[in-house]
Amino acid sequence: MPDLGLEVLFKGINALRLLQGLWTALRISLISVVISMPLGILLGSLMTLKNPVLKVILRVYLEFIRIMPQLVLLFIVFFGSTAAFGVNLSGELSSIIVFSLWGTAEMGDLVRGALISIPVHQYESSEALGLSKIQMYRYIIIPQTVRRLIPLSINLITRMIKTTSLVLMIGVIEVLKVAQQIIEANRMSSPNAAFGIYLTVFVLYFLACWPISMLAKYFEKKWRDA
Amino acid sequence: MDSLLQVRNLTKKFGENTILDGISLDVSQGEVVVLVGPSGCGKSTLLRCMNGLEPIQGGEILLDGQKIEKGSKELTKIRQKIGMVFQSYDLFPHLKVLDNITLAPIKVQKRDKQDAEKEARELLVRVGLEDKADSYPRELSGGQKQRVAIVRALIMQPEVMLFDEVTAALDPEMVREVLDVILQLARQGKTMVIVTHEMAFAQAIADRILFLEGGHIQEDSDPDTFFTNPKTERAKQFLQMFTFEK
Repeated sequence: MPDLGLEVLFKGINALRLLQGLWTALRISLISVVISMPLGILLGSLMTLKNPVLKVILRVYLEFIRIMPQLVLLFIVFFGSTAAFGVNLSGELSSIIVFSLWGTAEMGDLVRGALISIPVHQYESSEALGLSKIQMYRYIIIPQTVRRLIPLSINLITRMIKTTSLVLMIGVIEVLKVAQQIIEANRMSSPNAAFGIYLTVFVLYFLACWPISMLAKYFEKKWRDA
Repeated sequence: MDSLLQVRNLTKKFGENTILDGISLDVSQGEVVVLVGPSGCGKSTLLRCMNGLEPIQGGEILLDGQKIEKGSKELTKIRQKIGMVFQSYDLFPHLKVLDNITLAPIKVQKRDKQDAEKEARELLVRVGLEDKADSYPRELSGGQKQRVAIVRALIMQPEVMLFDEVTAALDPEMVREVLDVILQLARQGKTMVIVTHEMAFAQAIADRILFLEGGHIQEDSDPDTFFTNPKTERAKQFLQMFTFEK
Protein backbone atom coordinates (compact mmCIF):
# COMPACT_ATOMS: atom_id res chain seq x y z
CA MET A 1 0.00 0.00 0.00
CA PRO A 2 1.39 3.44 -0.88
CA ASP A 3 2.17 5.84 1.91
CA LEU A 4 -0.81 8.20 2.19
CA GLY A 5 0.74 10.24 4.94
CA LEU A 6 -2.29 9.61 7.10
CA GLU A 7 -0.15 9.63 10.24
CA VAL A 8 -0.18 13.43 9.95
CA LEU A 9 -3.84 13.35 10.96
CA PHE A 10 -2.87 12.05 14.37
CA LYS A 11 -0.16 14.63 15.00
CA GLY A 12 -1.21 17.16 17.60
CA ILE A 13 -4.80 18.23 17.12
CA ASN A 14 -4.79 18.04 13.33
CA ALA A 15 -7.90 15.83 13.12
CA LEU A 16 -9.77 18.15 15.44
CA ARG A 17 -8.69 21.18 13.40
CA LEU A 18 -10.06 19.60 10.25
CA LEU A 19 -13.37 18.98 11.99
CA GLN A 20 -13.42 22.57 13.20
CA GLY A 21 -12.78 23.66 9.61
CA LEU A 22 -15.68 21.51 8.48
CA TRP A 23 -17.87 23.07 11.13
CA THR A 24 -16.95 26.55 9.84
CA ALA A 25 -17.99 25.51 6.34
CA LEU A 26 -21.23 23.97 7.61
CA ARG A 27 -21.96 26.96 9.81
CA ILE A 28 -21.66 29.36 6.88
CA SER A 29 -23.86 27.23 4.68
CA LEU A 30 -26.48 26.45 7.33
CA ILE A 31 -26.89 30.08 8.42
CA SER A 32 -27.20 31.04 4.74
CA VAL A 33 -29.75 28.28 4.19
CA VAL A 34 -31.83 29.46 7.14
CA ILE A 35 -31.79 33.00 5.72
CA SER A 36 -32.31 32.15 2.08
CA MET A 37 -35.12 29.58 2.37
CA PRO A 38 -37.82 31.97 3.66
CA LEU A 39 -36.52 34.83 1.51
CA GLY A 40 -36.48 32.53 -1.52
CA ILE A 41 -40.06 31.45 -0.86
CA LEU A 42 -41.06 35.11 -0.68
CA LEU A 43 -39.07 35.96 -3.83
CA GLY A 44 -40.50 33.02 -5.78
CA SER A 45 -44.07 33.85 -4.79
CA LEU A 46 -43.56 37.49 -5.76
CA MET A 47 -42.22 36.37 -9.13
CA THR A 48 -45.49 34.63 -9.97
CA LEU A 49 -47.44 37.88 -9.47
CA LYS A 50 -48.44 39.69 -12.61
CA ASN A 51 -46.79 43.01 -11.70
CA PRO A 52 -44.46 43.86 -14.62
CA VAL A 53 -42.17 46.24 -12.71
CA LEU A 54 -41.66 43.78 -9.88
CA LYS A 55 -41.08 41.03 -12.41
CA VAL A 56 -38.27 42.91 -14.17
CA ILE A 57 -36.54 43.90 -10.93
CA LEU A 58 -36.62 40.36 -9.54
CA ARG A 59 -35.56 38.88 -12.87
CA VAL A 60 -32.53 41.19 -13.05
CA TYR A 61 -31.56 40.25 -9.50
CA LEU A 62 -31.94 36.57 -10.24
CA GLU A 63 -29.96 36.63 -13.48
CA PHE A 64 -27.23 38.84 -12.02
CA ILE A 65 -26.66 36.52 -9.07
CA ARG A 66 -26.79 33.37 -11.15
CA ILE A 67 -24.51 34.57 -13.94
CA MET A 68 -21.82 35.88 -11.59
CA PRO A 69 -19.37 33.22 -10.41
CA GLN A 70 -19.70 32.88 -6.65
CA LEU A 71 -16.04 33.74 -6.27
CA VAL A 72 -16.54 37.10 -7.96
CA LEU A 73 -19.48 37.81 -5.67
CA LEU A 74 -17.30 36.95 -2.67
CA PHE A 75 -14.60 39.34 -3.87
CA ILE A 76 -17.11 42.12 -4.53
CA VAL A 77 -18.60 41.87 -1.06
CA PHE A 78 -15.39 41.24 0.86
CA PHE A 79 -12.98 43.62 -0.86
CA GLY A 80 -15.52 45.90 -2.51
CA SER A 81 -17.31 46.78 0.73
CA THR A 82 -14.06 47.94 2.25
CA ALA A 83 -12.93 49.85 -0.83
CA ALA A 84 -16.23 51.53 -1.60
CA PHE A 85 -17.84 52.06 1.81
CA GLY A 86 -14.93 51.66 4.17
CA VAL A 87 -16.80 48.89 6.01
CA ASN A 88 -14.65 46.09 7.24
CA LEU A 89 -16.66 42.91 6.95
CA SER A 90 -15.15 39.69 8.25
CA GLY A 91 -14.58 36.90 5.76
CA GLU A 92 -17.22 34.75 7.39
CA LEU A 93 -19.86 37.50 7.39
CA SER A 94 -19.08 38.30 3.73
CA SER A 95 -19.50 34.61 2.92
CA ILE A 96 -22.84 34.46 4.69
CA ILE A 97 -24.03 37.55 2.80
CA VAL A 98 -22.99 36.13 -0.58
CA PHE A 99 -24.38 32.67 0.11
CA SER A 100 -27.66 34.14 1.32
CA LEU A 101 -27.99 36.32 -1.80
CA TRP A 102 -27.18 33.36 -3.99
CA GLY A 103 -29.35 30.89 -2.07
CA THR A 104 -32.29 33.32 -2.14
CA ALA A 105 -32.00 33.68 -5.92
CA GLU A 106 -31.77 29.92 -6.52
CA MET A 107 -34.49 29.10 -4.03
CA GLY A 108 -36.70 31.82 -5.52
CA ASP A 109 -36.33 30.27 -8.93
CA LEU A 110 -37.17 26.82 -7.58
CA VAL A 111 -40.27 28.15 -5.81
CA ARG A 112 -41.39 30.02 -8.91
CA GLY A 113 -40.89 26.87 -11.00
CA ALA A 114 -42.79 24.71 -8.53
CA LEU A 115 -45.68 27.17 -8.33
CA ILE A 116 -46.15 27.55 -12.06
CA SER A 117 -45.86 23.80 -12.58
CA ILE A 118 -49.15 23.28 -10.73
CA PRO A 119 -51.65 22.75 -13.57
CA VAL A 120 -54.35 25.38 -13.97
CA HIS A 121 -57.10 22.79 -13.54
CA GLN A 122 -55.95 22.18 -9.97
CA TYR A 123 -56.96 25.78 -9.28
CA GLU A 124 -60.17 25.47 -11.29
CA SER A 125 -61.37 22.27 -9.74
CA SER A 126 -60.70 23.69 -6.27
CA GLU A 127 -62.74 26.74 -7.20
CA ALA A 128 -65.49 24.62 -8.69
CA LEU A 129 -65.81 22.78 -5.38
CA GLY A 130 -66.44 26.08 -3.65
CA LEU A 131 -63.10 26.34 -1.86
CA SER A 132 -62.12 29.88 -0.91
CA LYS A 133 -58.78 31.28 -2.11
CA ILE A 134 -57.20 30.65 1.29
CA GLN A 135 -58.53 27.09 1.46
CA MET A 136 -57.36 26.43 -2.08
CA TYR A 137 -53.78 27.46 -1.26
CA ARG A 138 -53.77 25.76 2.12
CA TYR A 139 -55.15 22.37 1.10
CA ILE A 140 -54.35 22.06 -2.61
CA ILE A 141 -51.67 24.37 -3.99
CA ILE A 142 -49.14 24.69 -1.15
CA PRO A 143 -49.02 20.96 -0.27
CA GLN A 144 -48.33 20.12 -3.91
CA THR A 145 -45.74 22.89 -4.22
CA VAL A 146 -43.93 21.75 -1.09
CA ARG A 147 -43.77 18.18 -2.35
CA ARG A 148 -42.10 19.35 -5.53
CA LEU A 149 -39.86 21.74 -3.68
CA ILE A 150 -38.38 19.65 -0.88
CA PRO A 151 -36.12 17.38 -2.98
CA LEU A 152 -34.97 20.37 -5.06
CA SER A 153 -34.21 22.57 -2.09
CA ILE A 154 -32.31 19.77 -0.36
CA ASN A 155 -30.12 19.51 -3.44
CA LEU A 156 -29.58 23.25 -3.25
CA ILE A 157 -28.39 22.86 0.34
CA THR A 158 -25.74 20.30 -0.66
CA ARG A 159 -24.62 22.62 -3.47
CA MET A 160 -24.27 25.43 -0.97
CA ILE A 161 -22.20 23.27 1.38
CA LYS A 162 -19.88 22.23 -1.43
CA THR A 163 -19.45 25.78 -2.68
CA THR A 164 -18.16 26.93 0.70
CA SER A 165 -14.79 25.55 -0.44
CA LEU A 166 -14.42 28.90 -2.23
CA VAL A 167 -14.47 31.02 0.91
CA LEU A 168 -10.84 30.20 1.68
CA MET A 169 -10.08 32.73 -1.09
CA ILE A 170 -11.24 35.54 1.19
CA GLY A 171 -9.34 34.21 4.17
CA VAL A 172 -11.94 32.10 5.93
CA ILE A 173 -10.29 29.14 7.59
CA GLU A 174 -12.64 26.35 6.58
CA VAL A 175 -11.91 22.67 6.09
CA LEU A 176 -10.00 22.97 2.82
CA LYS A 177 -7.82 25.79 4.15
CA VAL A 178 -7.03 23.79 7.29
CA ALA A 179 -6.08 20.87 5.07
CA GLN A 180 -3.67 23.08 3.10
CA GLN A 181 -2.14 24.40 6.31
CA ILE A 182 -1.61 20.88 7.65
CA ILE A 183 -0.04 19.74 4.39
CA GLU A 184 2.25 22.78 4.27
CA ALA A 185 3.36 22.36 7.85
CA ASN A 186 4.29 18.72 7.29
CA ARG A 187 5.84 19.06 3.86
CA MET A 188 9.29 17.93 5.11
CA SER A 189 8.30 15.17 7.53
CA SER A 190 5.45 13.64 5.48
CA PRO A 191 5.74 14.69 1.85
CA ASN A 192 2.88 12.35 0.94
CA ALA A 193 0.39 13.93 3.30
CA ALA A 194 -1.36 15.86 0.49
CA PHE A 195 -3.07 12.73 -0.72
CA GLY A 196 -4.12 11.47 2.70
CA ILE A 197 -5.34 14.83 3.94
CA TYR A 198 -7.28 15.71 0.82
CA LEU A 199 -8.75 12.23 0.93
CA THR A 200 -9.87 12.99 4.47
CA VAL A 201 -11.41 16.24 3.28
CA PHE A 202 -13.23 14.31 0.58
CA VAL A 203 -14.59 11.89 3.18
CA LEU A 204 -15.69 14.77 5.41
CA TYR A 205 -17.57 16.51 2.59
CA PHE A 206 -19.10 13.19 1.66
CA LEU A 207 -20.25 12.53 5.23
CA ALA A 208 -21.80 16.00 5.37
CA CYS A 209 -23.60 15.87 2.02
CA TRP A 210 -24.45 12.22 1.51
CA PRO A 211 -27.14 11.92 4.22
CA ILE A 212 -28.72 15.11 2.87
CA SER A 213 -28.90 13.85 -0.67
CA MET A 214 -30.23 10.50 0.59
CA LEU A 215 -32.99 12.46 2.27
CA ALA A 216 -33.77 14.18 -1.03
CA LYS A 217 -33.95 10.78 -2.75
CA TYR A 218 -36.25 9.49 -0.05
CA PHE A 219 -38.69 12.37 -0.50
CA GLU A 220 -38.52 12.10 -4.26
CA LYS A 221 -39.47 8.46 -4.09
CA LYS A 222 -42.16 9.01 -1.50
CA TRP A 223 -43.88 11.73 -3.53
CA ARG A 224 -43.17 10.35 -6.97
CA ASP A 225 -46.14 11.78 -8.83
CA ALA A 226 -47.60 14.12 -6.34
CA MET B 1 -91.68 23.82 -14.97
CA ASP B 2 -89.57 26.34 -13.13
CA SER B 3 -86.21 27.01 -14.65
CA LEU B 4 -83.33 26.35 -12.31
CA LEU B 5 -80.55 27.79 -14.39
CA GLN B 6 -81.10 30.81 -16.59
CA VAL B 7 -78.71 32.26 -19.11
CA ARG B 8 -79.75 35.70 -20.37
CA ASN B 9 -78.18 37.24 -23.44
CA LEU B 10 -74.69 36.01 -22.53
CA THR B 11 -71.75 37.51 -24.40
CA LYS B 12 -68.25 36.17 -24.01
CA LYS B 13 -65.17 37.46 -25.81
CA PHE B 14 -61.55 36.44 -25.82
CA GLY B 15 -59.93 39.72 -26.76
CA GLU B 16 -61.60 40.85 -29.98
CA ASN B 17 -62.91 37.39 -30.65
CA THR B 18 -66.57 36.90 -29.80
CA ILE B 19 -67.08 33.32 -28.67
CA LEU B 20 -70.64 33.52 -27.37
CA ASP B 21 -72.89 36.11 -28.95
CA GLY B 22 -75.99 36.76 -26.92
CA ILE B 23 -76.86 33.26 -25.77
CA SER B 24 -80.05 32.67 -23.80
CA LEU B 25 -81.25 29.39 -22.42
CA ASP B 26 -83.19 27.88 -19.54
CA VAL B 27 -82.53 24.62 -17.79
CA SER B 28 -85.42 23.25 -15.76
CA GLN B 29 -85.28 21.20 -12.60
CA GLY B 30 -84.47 17.59 -13.49
CA GLU B 31 -83.70 18.33 -17.10
CA VAL B 32 -80.71 16.90 -18.97
CA VAL B 33 -79.43 19.36 -21.58
CA VAL B 34 -76.68 18.27 -23.95
CA LEU B 35 -74.59 20.82 -25.81
CA VAL B 36 -73.14 19.68 -29.11
CA GLY B 37 -71.34 21.46 -31.89
CA PRO B 38 -68.06 21.59 -33.79
CA SER B 39 -64.77 22.13 -31.95
CA GLY B 40 -64.25 25.72 -30.95
CA CYS B 41 -67.92 26.60 -31.09
CA GLY B 42 -67.82 27.73 -27.49
CA LYS B 43 -69.74 24.93 -25.80
CA SER B 44 -67.07 24.33 -23.18
CA THR B 45 -66.74 28.07 -22.67
CA LEU B 46 -70.48 28.33 -22.09
CA LEU B 47 -70.24 25.59 -19.46
CA ARG B 48 -67.30 27.30 -17.77
CA CYS B 49 -69.24 30.57 -17.66
CA MET B 50 -72.05 28.73 -15.88
CA ASN B 51 -69.63 28.05 -13.04
CA GLY B 52 -68.05 31.49 -12.96
CA LEU B 53 -64.70 30.24 -14.23
CA GLU B 54 -64.71 32.76 -17.06
CA PRO B 55 -65.36 36.49 -16.89
CA ILE B 56 -68.26 37.47 -19.15
CA GLN B 57 -68.67 40.61 -21.20
CA GLY B 58 -72.43 40.86 -21.24
CA GLY B 59 -75.67 39.35 -20.04
CA GLU B 60 -76.16 37.33 -16.90
CA ILE B 61 -76.36 33.80 -15.57
CA LEU B 62 -78.69 32.96 -12.71
CA LEU B 63 -78.99 29.86 -10.58
CA ASP B 64 -82.09 29.90 -8.37
CA GLY B 65 -82.26 33.60 -9.17
CA GLN B 66 -78.75 34.21 -7.82
CA LYS B 67 -76.22 35.75 -10.13
CA ILE B 68 -73.14 33.76 -11.09
CA GLU B 69 -70.27 36.10 -11.74
CA LYS B 70 -66.51 35.65 -11.65
CA GLY B 71 -65.03 37.70 -8.85
CA SER B 72 -68.26 38.17 -6.87
CA LYS B 73 -68.22 37.48 -3.15
CA GLU B 74 -71.20 35.16 -3.25
CA LEU B 75 -69.57 32.97 -5.87
CA THR B 76 -68.08 30.35 -3.55
CA LYS B 77 -71.51 29.87 -1.99
CA ILE B 78 -73.31 29.48 -5.29
CA ARG B 79 -70.61 27.19 -6.62
CA GLN B 80 -71.44 24.67 -3.91
CA LYS B 81 -74.76 24.21 -5.69
CA ILE B 82 -72.99 23.49 -8.96
CA GLY B 83 -70.98 20.33 -9.47
CA MET B 84 -68.48 20.32 -12.27
CA VAL B 85 -66.42 17.55 -13.86
CA PHE B 86 -63.66 18.47 -16.30
CA GLN B 87 -62.07 16.79 -19.29
CA SER B 88 -58.65 16.46 -17.69
CA TYR B 89 -58.44 14.22 -14.69
CA ASP B 90 -58.36 16.90 -12.11
CA LEU B 91 -58.19 14.91 -8.88
CA PHE B 92 -55.81 16.29 -6.28
CA PRO B 93 -52.74 14.07 -6.71
CA HIS B 94 -51.47 14.45 -3.14
CA LEU B 95 -54.71 13.25 -1.53
CA LYS B 96 -56.14 9.74 -1.32
CA VAL B 97 -59.41 9.10 -3.13
CA LEU B 98 -61.42 9.38 0.08
CA ASP B 99 -59.75 12.67 1.03
CA ASN B 100 -60.26 14.02 -2.48
CA ILE B 101 -63.97 13.43 -2.02
CA THR B 102 -64.37 14.62 1.55
CA LEU B 103 -62.17 17.74 1.42
CA ALA B 104 -64.88 20.10 0.19
CA PRO B 105 -67.74 18.79 2.37
CA ILE B 106 -65.53 18.99 5.48
CA LYS B 107 -63.78 22.29 4.80
CA VAL B 108 -66.40 24.17 2.80
CA GLN B 109 -69.69 22.82 4.15
CA LYS B 110 -68.22 22.15 7.63
CA ARG B 111 -69.72 18.70 7.71
CA ASP B 112 -68.71 16.13 10.27
CA LYS B 113 -65.70 14.11 9.08
CA GLN B 114 -67.15 10.68 9.84
CA ASP B 115 -70.46 11.59 8.30
CA ALA B 116 -68.76 12.83 5.12
CA GLU B 117 -66.56 9.75 4.90
CA LYS B 118 -69.54 7.47 5.33
CA GLU B 119 -71.36 9.15 2.48
CA ALA B 120 -68.21 9.16 0.34
CA ARG B 121 -67.91 5.39 0.75
CA GLU B 122 -71.57 4.90 -0.13
CA LEU B 123 -71.13 6.97 -3.28
CA LEU B 124 -68.00 5.02 -4.18
CA VAL B 125 -70.04 1.81 -3.97
CA ARG B 126 -72.51 3.29 -6.42
CA VAL B 127 -69.78 3.91 -9.00
CA GLY B 128 -68.12 0.54 -8.29
CA LEU B 129 -64.98 1.90 -6.66
CA GLU B 130 -65.49 0.97 -3.01
CA ASP B 131 -62.09 -0.74 -2.88
CA LYS B 132 -60.24 2.38 -4.10
CA ALA B 133 -61.01 4.68 -1.16
CA ASP B 134 -57.46 4.51 0.16
CA SER B 135 -55.68 4.62 -3.20
CA TYR B 136 -53.94 7.64 -4.61
CA PRO B 137 -55.19 9.06 -7.93
CA ARG B 138 -52.01 7.89 -9.70
CA GLU B 139 -53.00 4.28 -8.96
CA LEU B 140 -56.30 4.64 -10.86
CA SER B 141 -57.11 4.35 -14.55
CA GLY B 142 -58.52 7.34 -16.42
CA GLY B 143 -62.07 6.04 -16.21
CA GLN B 144 -61.76 5.38 -12.49
CA LYS B 145 -60.40 8.89 -11.94
CA GLN B 146 -63.37 10.41 -13.75
CA ARG B 147 -65.80 8.36 -11.67
CA VAL B 148 -64.09 9.63 -8.51
CA ALA B 149 -64.30 13.18 -9.88
CA ILE B 150 -68.05 12.70 -10.37
CA VAL B 151 -68.43 11.44 -6.80
CA ARG B 152 -66.38 14.37 -5.53
CA ALA B 153 -68.82 16.76 -7.19
CA LEU B 154 -71.91 14.77 -6.15
CA ILE B 155 -71.15 14.70 -2.44
CA MET B 156 -71.72 18.46 -2.32
CA GLN B 157 -75.35 17.71 -3.25
CA PRO B 158 -75.30 20.15 -6.14
CA GLU B 159 -78.54 21.30 -7.74
CA VAL B 160 -76.99 21.05 -11.17
CA MET B 161 -74.09 19.05 -12.56
CA LEU B 162 -71.91 20.31 -15.41
CA PHE B 163 -69.91 17.81 -17.47
CA ASP B 164 -67.23 19.20 -19.75
CA GLU B 165 -66.24 16.53 -22.30
CA VAL B 166 -65.53 14.13 -19.48
CA THR B 167 -64.77 11.21 -21.77
CA ALA B 168 -62.70 13.05 -24.37
CA ALA B 169 -59.35 12.12 -22.80
CA LEU B 170 -60.28 8.50 -22.06
CA ASP B 171 -59.34 5.30 -23.82
CA PRO B 172 -62.36 3.98 -25.71
CA GLU B 173 -62.87 1.00 -23.42
CA MET B 174 -63.17 3.29 -20.42
CA VAL B 175 -65.72 5.66 -21.89
CA ARG B 176 -68.60 3.32 -21.15
CA GLU B 177 -68.02 3.01 -17.39
CA VAL B 178 -68.08 6.79 -17.03
CA LEU B 179 -71.12 7.33 -19.24
CA ASP B 180 -73.02 4.65 -17.34
CA VAL B 181 -72.54 6.61 -14.13
CA ILE B 182 -73.92 9.74 -15.80
CA LEU B 183 -76.88 7.80 -17.20
CA GLN B 184 -77.58 6.52 -13.71
CA LEU B 185 -77.68 10.12 -12.46
CA ALA B 186 -80.07 11.10 -15.23
CA ARG B 187 -82.44 8.34 -14.15
CA GLN B 188 -82.36 9.69 -10.62
CA GLY B 189 -83.55 13.01 -11.97
CA LYS B 190 -80.38 15.04 -11.53
CA THR B 191 -80.32 18.31 -13.44
CA MET B 192 -77.37 18.23 -15.81
CA VAL B 193 -75.72 20.20 -18.57
CA ILE B 194 -73.41 18.03 -20.63
CA VAL B 195 -70.88 18.86 -23.31
CA THR B 196 -69.92 15.77 -25.29
CA HIS B 197 -68.71 14.40 -28.59
CA GLU B 198 -70.36 11.03 -27.97
CA MET B 199 -73.42 11.35 -30.20
CA ALA B 200 -74.97 8.01 -29.28
CA PHE B 201 -74.66 8.96 -25.63
CA ALA B 202 -76.13 12.40 -26.29
CA GLN B 203 -79.12 10.84 -28.00
CA ALA B 204 -79.66 8.37 -25.17
CA ILE B 205 -79.38 10.75 -22.24
CA ALA B 206 -80.66 14.13 -23.44
CA ASP B 207 -84.04 15.64 -22.78
CA ARG B 208 -82.94 18.47 -25.01
CA ILE B 209 -80.12 18.95 -27.48
CA LEU B 210 -78.65 22.36 -28.08
CA PHE B 211 -76.59 22.74 -31.24
CA LEU B 212 -74.10 25.55 -30.89
CA GLU B 213 -72.22 27.17 -33.73
CA GLY B 214 -70.77 30.59 -34.46
CA GLY B 215 -71.57 31.83 -30.98
CA HIS B 216 -75.29 31.15 -31.35
CA ILE B 217 -77.65 28.35 -30.45
CA GLN B 218 -78.58 27.17 -33.93
CA GLU B 219 -80.96 24.50 -32.87
CA ASP B 220 -82.85 23.62 -29.70
CA SER B 221 -84.79 20.43 -30.01
CA ASP B 222 -85.53 17.03 -28.52
CA PRO B 223 -82.92 14.38 -29.34
CA ASP B 224 -85.06 12.33 -31.74
CA THR B 225 -85.81 15.34 -33.89
CA PHE B 226 -82.26 16.56 -33.82
CA PHE B 227 -80.66 13.28 -34.81
CA THR B 228 -83.23 12.11 -37.37
CA ASN B 229 -84.49 15.34 -38.79
CA PRO B 230 -82.31 18.36 -38.00
CA LYS B 231 -83.81 21.68 -38.96
CA THR B 232 -80.73 23.60 -40.01
CA GLU B 233 -78.28 22.87 -42.77
CA ARG B 234 -75.36 23.36 -40.41
CA ALA B 235 -76.63 20.73 -38.01
CA LYS B 236 -77.05 18.31 -40.94
CA GLN B 237 -73.46 18.88 -41.99
CA PHE B 238 -72.28 18.46 -38.41
CA LEU B 239 -74.13 15.18 -37.98
CA GLN B 240 -72.78 13.84 -41.26
CA MET B 241 -69.30 13.92 -39.75
CA PHE B 242 -70.35 11.10 -37.46
CA THR B 243 -71.77 8.78 -40.13
CA PHE B 244 -69.82 6.67 -42.58
CA GLU B 245 -70.85 5.39 -45.96
CA LYS B 246 -68.96 2.98 -48.10
